[in-house]
Amino acid sequence: MLATGSGAVQPNPAARRYATALAGGALGAALLMAVLLGPRHDFAVAVRLPMFWIKLAFVASFAAASLLAALRLSRPGLKLAWVPGALAAPVLAIWLLAAAVLVRAEAPQRAVLFFGETWNSCPFLIAMLSAPAFVAVIWAMQGLAPTRLRLAGAAAGLLAGAVGTLVYSFHCPELAPPFIGFWYLLGMLIPTGVGALLGPRLLRW
Amino acid sequence: MLRMEETSRLDAGEDRLRNLLLRGLAGDEPAYHVFLRELSAHLRAFLRRRLVRLPDEVEDLVQESLLAIHNQRHTYDAAQPLTAWIHAIAKYKLVDLLRRRAKRELLTDPLDDEFDLATAADGAAADARRDLAKLLEQLPQRQRLPIVHMKLEGLSVAETARLTGMSESAVKVGVHRGLKALAAMIRGEA
Repeated sequence: MLATGSGAVQPNPAARRYATALAGGALGAALLMAVLLGPRHDFAVAVRLPMFWIKLAFVASFAAASLLAALRLSRPGLKLAWVPGALAAPVLAIWLLAAAVLVRAEAPQRAVLFFGETWNSCPFLIAMLSAPAFVAVIWAMQGLAPTRLRLAGAAAGLLAGAVGTLVYSFHCPELAPPFIGFWYLLGMLIPTGVGALLGPRLLRW
Repeated sequence: MLRMEETSRLDAGEDRLRNLLLRGLAGDEPAYHVFLRELSAHLRAFLRRRLVRLPDEVEDLVQESLLAIHNQRHTYDAAQPLTAWIHAIAKYKLVDLLRRRAKRELLTDPLDDEFDLATAADGAAADARRDLAKLLEQLPQRQRLPIVHMKLEGLSVAETARLTGMSESAVKVGVHRGLKALAAMIRGEA
């Protein structure tokens, strides 16, 4: 009989599992960044710029919203409810800021604001840095019970992407909102797509 | 009004089941035992409604869902409606089953479509059992018992004799005469 010797169950294992996964994922990304890329050389100057903190706030709030999405999708019977709105809010905010910056800029400056100097490496470096968090978050989900596997995989990828981006922002020299609003987002969408593709296979139970 | 009564009854059931689960999660084994028993009845009804065309799969799926709920019981959040959680797991297992079947049916020729074997045979067997039981009731006991034990349950002459307290030859005679009488009844002579 199933009930025999079932014993007490630890309360709220989801929070603990995700805490472990995020700590591991962030640590892995930080190590990768330190070894392969290194923090930006003008770090001491950058922390005094407001745009550095705006960028960080954008990524952090996006990470928080994707954590909520992943947590909800890890449990049977929970609806996403307002979480898509919470994901959209930081994106809309950075886009508004980007639009304001682009409108005010001189025409030749606009391309510079959008492409920066690192547009062709940024999304791929973000995807690379999100790999440790991707493995860790998928592990966390496997110990829970997602029922919508493709969506859960995508949420895991999005969360991993956000963690990777958070670490990447300490290396990345770009600060222009148009750049952040496009290339950072694109970088986060790479692991999201991978998660949606692999979710049904990795998360079955 | 009727609707309100129905929802309040459902709520009462939900509250009771939820209490049992929460006590079970805290380590109360007897409560968890009761929870699983009531849950299996609930799941059976839930899945039977959704598997009308595959009645033979219901019981397997009930067991599978029950096991899944047991294995995933740590994912229940006390703030969440219990039925939503249970139904999400049962539906996940249901979709899983249907997907597996669809994959299998792509690889095999569907026997059911051509012969409708499963349902027809099921129905016919049930009909035959009912008819036979009716006819057997009309036989005297010394013929009916030997037929039931030997022909339906598959016991030997010696076992039947021991069970009924009849002699072995009386058992054999009973079977012989009983079958003759049944045949006559079926032909419509009696």
